[in-house]
Amino acid sequence: MNSTERRRLLTNKIILGLSTISALLGLVFLFWILITLFLKGVSALDFSLFTKDLVDGGLRNLIFGQFVMALMATIIGVPLGMLAGIYLREYGNGKYANIIRDLSDIMMSAPSIVIGAFVFAVFVAPSGGINGWAGSIALAIMLIPIVVSTTDNMLSLVPKELREAGIALGGSKHKVILQIILKAAKVGLMTGILLAFARVIGETAPLLFTSGTNSFWSTNLGNAFPSLTVSIYDLANFPTDKARNLAWAASFLLTVIVLVINLIGRFIIRDKG
Amino acid sequence: MLNKEFIFKKVAFSSATLILIVLTSIFIMLFISAKPAIEKYGLHFLVDSNWNKTIETKIPLTQAQILAKKTKTQSSDNSDMNDDNLFADDTLVLGDDASGDNVDVSTNIKTDTIFGGYVPIVGTILSTLIAMAFSIPIAMGIAVFLAEIAPDFLIKPVGMAIELLAAIPSIIYGMWGLFYFAPIVQNIFGGSQMSLLTAGLVLGIMILPFMAAITRDAMNTTPDVLKESAYAMGATKFEVVKDIIFPYAKVGIIGSVILSLGRALGETMAVAFLIGSVFKVPGSLTSPTISIPVVLANNFGEASGDMMSSLFYLAFVLFVFSFIIIGSAKFYFLRGRR
Amino acid sequence: MAKELIMDIKDFSFKYAGAPKPSLENINMPVYKNKITAMIGPSGCGKSTLLRSINRIHDLYPNNEYTGKINLLNIQSDEFENILDIKKENDFIRLRQRVGMIFQKPTPFPMSIYDNVAYGLRLDGVKDKKVLDEKVETALRGAAIWDECKDRLKESAMGMSGGQQQRLCIARAVALKPEVILFDEPTSALDPISTKAIEELISELKKDISIVIVTHNMQQASRLSDYTAFMYIGELIEYNKTDKIFLNPKEKLTEDYITGRFG
Repeated sequence: MNSTERRRLLTNKIILGLSTISALLGLVFLFWILITLFLKGVSALDFSLFTKDLVDGGLRNLIFGQFVMALMATIIGVPLGMLAGIYLREYGNGKYANIIRDLSDIMMSAPSIVIGAFVFAVFVAPSGGINGWAGSIALAIMLIPIVVSTTDNMLSLVPKELREAGIALGGSKHKVILQIILKAAKVGLMTGILLAFARVIGETAPLLFTSGTNSFWSTNLGNAFPSLTVSIYDLANFPTDKARNLAWAASFLLTVIVLVINLIGRFIIRDKG
Repeated sequence: MLNKEFIFKKVAFSSATLILIVLTSIFIMLFISAKPAIEKYGLHFLVDSNWNKTIETKIPLTQAQILAKKTKTQSSDNSDMNDDNLFADDTLVLGDDASGDNVDVSTNIKTDTIFGGYVPIVGTILSTLIAMAFSIPIAMGIAVFLAEIAPDFLIKPVGMAIELLAAIPSIIYGMWGLFYFAPIVQNIFGGSQMSLLTAGLVLGIMILPFMAAITRDAMNTTPDVLKESAYAMGATKFEVVKDIIFPYAKVGIIGSVILSLGRALGETMAVAFLIGSVFKVPGSLTSPTISIPVVLANNFGEASGDMMSSLFYLAFVLFVFSFIIIGSAKFYFLRGRR
Repeated sequence: MAKELIMDIKDFSFKYAGAPKPSLENINMPVYKNKITAMIGPSGCGKSTLLRSINRIHDLYPNNEYTGKINLLNIQSDEFENILDIKKENDFIRLRQRVGMIFQKPTPFPMSIYDNVAYGLRLDGVKDKKVLDEKVETALRGAAIWDECKDRLKESAMGMSGGQQQRLCIARAVALKPEVILFDEPTSALDPISTKAIEELISELKKDISIVIVTHNMQQASRLSDYTAFMYIGELIEYNKTDKIFLNPKEKLTEDYITGRFG
């Protein structure tokens, strides 16, 4: 081995070693966070957390509230996002569709706290109070661009021939889209919606001053609405062990919910996609 | 007959246009809500490091106002007034203020609260820079590992672990960072537990998986045959990564990094737990400070008046910042990649 | 005594990772020095797999299995060495410097024309600007592309035409002064004029370099090569001098193939 080869092989080893260490470091952080959550969360976890509301030291209303708002966001956002995605892929041609695509991507990465501020200005300030609807709308604004991009991508995977075959059978375009193309892309779309739901259910910043949170059981989206994430923030900053333990239990549950939905989404892709 | 096709197309078009409307509305609403502060403080807001600071301005009164005030003072308060004061000039009166006995009759003290965004703007930029400095090399390493080094049986599980790391809500990063990571950082670097450094590092850890995943995707666009032809010339793996994959995927990789930067810039919760929320330009890496999203998160609930419009001013600045950054990543680097 | 063969493939079998059966079985084939050996056969017959075994590019992907010998002549010692024994990384590097490869599609690296040709030399530790300039020019002249690109050496190689890119890739391989160059259907992505230029170039190259070429184009094989191997479903059916294979094949299968009855 001459000196050039020795140098090249050594550099190669060092860099590949560093890359591998980076990947290990990433895994270390993941497991560190998960183990911390698990240990702190499980020790604070108690069945009564699911039967009592925050005011009595439980999490029931918070979990419910977070789910309701994420669900409302999905109900509002999915049809709009899918229709927009359908327009971009099936009808949109040229410049306008491309602009909307880019804007949607930008919106997807827009700071979530700014979206909270916007919803505050439009829906909270005029009505004079934080409320669950405002929270749901803020989450829907976060969710729509994700659904747009998923729909756009998934429809692009449907083979052109399927469209042509549908049209050739005499179906009008919207029928072909609704009855054939969406069905063909069903698995991908469902996965995308699931992942979008997982993304918004873990959001805190857009809810801080739109829904706020609420210690009591509430089903009225017109008032301050219980939010798991916003309460985690409050509880974690509260200087008692009891509050912090509750925050850990809540964080653990939140992470489990988000990761489980993610895993389900990924396994759908693997099995049926 | 109602043309369903026509209606469906219009509805789909309207939904797409909604994106444009919402984005434009965000811009306009933030601007309108920030307008009082923009008019009052102008661009000076961006370089003013005072936040919520009460200042007193003394406004000279006209003779008539002084007379009116004096009469009022005399009737309500029978302290013996020095008649000379009535004709003395303003500066003299100001000098006498401290005596306490004398009531200032020739000026009115107007208190005002001023707001400036310099501290959170600097805090945002610095914490983002720290995050990027920390995460770029590691994310590149992870991406190279996943794209080129990992044996087949590791690619999927490690890739999935990295993606799951990206799915963990940011508030969890904040909690973990505050209670477990910050004490370690403090032990090593000293200073305050809540500081620019800890916030930046946790922010870096948070964007790490996102950056690694999209960088790996960019690297994977390099055609196999191109890599093979470099190997066929005797290139080592590192040389293939450095000379073939990086140059080939350069545009996508830069786009990925900028996109991650945009994320870091607007992140709230991971930073809120750790930055310390102190309105002070940090003297060192280990001092506490504040960032724009954290100012918003902490103050929006109770704000009103000038503070409220100043918060919107900050939100507007942040929105424009990130729009430009994410927009440029899209337009210059990630065009056509979907 | 100098040997006639540069390479000698003995009882070589190859199985891809996870494949149920071998893609190549018991291949025995000589490769003559400074001659052109063509490998023909229908798609999937294993000709590319065999070609890619010769510089062990298969080893980029794990768990492929092979047995037998691929002997490559060591010019210094005039002895054959089995390249399948190579395990150390630096020996792989040397093997690939000695056995160059040209792919189906041109593979210009994302860098300037000059840097493309200088790439292998620089990897090998050549730093002297003068030496590099000289070798780059020689290689580009050798690949008959110097006149077309001498005024734009600093421009990106991505801007060249397909035929030019392929000749650039040949120049890049030639610059390392390999003993063998493997061509994997080098003209299948090119127009007839570029194809002709590449064929002329390959004929020229055999003065200094031994050549193995995989082609699906039988006219190309007959025009270009000195020896031809006909392969079918992982086996070497017939190997002989090119004119014998094309004019007087021994095997029925070979005859059917070259007369276009299948393939």
